[in-house]
Amino acid sequence: MSKQPQGLSRRDVLKLAATATVSAGLAGAPLGVAAHDQQAAQAGANSWPFELPDLPYAEDALEPYIDARTMGIHHGKHHAGYTAKLNAALEGSEMVDMSIEDILADLDSVPAAIRIAVRNNGGGYANHSLFWQIMSPDGGGEPGGALADAVNSAFGSFGEFQTAFAAAAGGVFGSGWAWLVADAGALSISTTPNQDTPLMQGLTPILGIDVWEHAYYLHYQNRRADYIAAFFNVINWDKVGELYAAG
Amino acid sequence: MAFELPSLPYAEDALEPHIDARTMGIHHGKHHASYTANLNGAVGGTDLEGKSIEEILGDLSAVPEGIRTAVRNNGGGYANHNLFWQIMGPNGGGEPSGALADAINSAFGSFGEFQSAFSAAAATRFGSGWAWLVAEGGAVSVTSTPNQDTPLMDGKTPILGIDVWEHAYYLNYQNRRPDYIAAFFNVINWDKVAELYAAAG
Ligand SMILES: [Fe+2]
Ligand SMILES: [Fe+2]
Repeated sequence: MSKQPQGLSRRDVLKLAATATVSAGLAGAPLGVAAHDQQAAQAGANSWPFELPDLPYAEDALEPYIDARTMGIHHGKHHAGYTAKLNAALEGSEMVDMSIEDILADLDSVPAAIRIAVRNNGGGYANHSLFWQIMSPDGGGEPGGALADAVNSAFGSFGEFQTAFAAAAGGVFGSGWAWLVADAGALSISTTPNQDTPLMQGLTPILGIDVWEHAYYLHYQNRRADYIAAFFNVINWDKVGELYAAG
Repeated sequence: MAFELPSLPYAEDALEPHIDARTMGIHHGKHHASYTANLNGAVGGTDLEGKSIEEILGDLSAVPEGIRTAVRNNGGGYANHNLFWQIMGPNGGGEPSGALADAINSAFGSFGEFQSAFSAAAATRFGSGWAWLVAEGGAVSVTSTPNQDTPLMDGKTPILGIDVWEHAYYLNYQNRRPDYIAAFFNVINWDKVAELYAAAG
C-alpha cells in the first residue's frame, strides 16, 4: 500500500464497488470487497453531496449498551446535522469531487473561509460513518487473525489493549474521540478533540469511540466509564479486522 | 485549605421548566463535585494550597507543569460552575439596569443586540465550552472558551456565563442547544451580574 492516508484506499474501494469506475489512485488497493457492496450502496458516492448513511442495524439493536433513543438522535440529528453542514460548506467549492478522506487529510488545501466548517462537520461526518460500522448487535469478544496479532504485538495482550483504550477514552477532557489507528500495519491508540480525526495526521482509524456527552448522556449521564465498558460489548471486530486488512 | 463545593443557592427544581431538576442535581452533585475533588487532588500538598482559585487561574504558567493540565481543567470547572449557579435564579430574566445596562448599550448598541451576540457565541462554540460576558476596565464584551477554560486565564473578569457542555442541557434539550440558550435568558440573575460588574471595577 502507498503511504497515502489509508482510509482513502478503503473508501475509494467502496466507491469502486458502488460505481464500478476505477480511479487512478486505486492501483494496488485490495479488491476482494464484495462484502462492502451493501455499505457502499448505503453510503452512496463518496463525494459532494455527501449522504447520511443508514444505520446498519435497528436503533434498538445495541440495547442495553446503547439505548435506542440515543442512537436515534445521534444518527438522525447529530450525524445528519454534520452531513448537512458539510454539504453547505462545500457547495460551489472546487472540492465537490473529492472524497471526505482526501479532504480531511489535507485541510490546508481547503479554502480558509470554509476550513473550520469542513474540519468540524467533515470530521463529524466521517467519524460517525465509521462509528456505526464498527458496532454491531453481534459484537463484543476479541479480534482474531492478523488483527489479533497486531493488537498483541502493540499492547502485549487484548486485555492490555482494552485497558489502554478505555483509559484514553476516559481521559479525553471535553468532547472528542479515542481511536485505534493503523499506520503501515502497526497499531496505536490516540485521541482527538471535538470532531478531529486521525485522517488529519495521515493515519487510518479502524476503531473509534465517541466520547462527546451526546453519545452517552441520556443513558449514562456523567458515568462515561460505564459507557466505555459497555462499548466493548458491541464492537464489531469482524469489521475492524476488515478495515485493518484494507489499511 | 481545600476548595469546597458550594451549595446551590436555590432548590434543584427552582429553575424549571428552563433547566430541569435532574440536570441541576447531576450537574452540581456530580460534575461540579468531581471538578472540586479533582482540583483538590491536584493542588493538595503544593504551594498552591492557600491561593484563591482566581489567583491560580490568572497565572497558570506559575502552576507546576506536572499538575498544570489538571489544575486548568478542574480549577476552571470549579470556578466556572461556582459562577454559573450564582448568575442564575428563579426570579431571573428580564434586562439589566443601571451602570451595567449602560455598559451593554455602549458595547452592543442595545440589549437585543447583546442577546444576539451572546447567543451566537454560545451556539457556535464547537464541542464543549462556555460563552461569556466579560468586564475589562469597565467595558464589557462577549467571548467564548473551550472546555473549562475561563476568561480569568486572559486577565478578564467573567460576569455572566453559559455552560454549553452537552451535560448542561442534554437531558432536557438533547441536540437543541439553541432552545437551551433561549431558555437561559429566562433565568439570568441580572442583579448578581450587575454586582459582579461593579466589583470588577
Ligand atoms: Fe457523536
Ligand atoms: Fe457544566
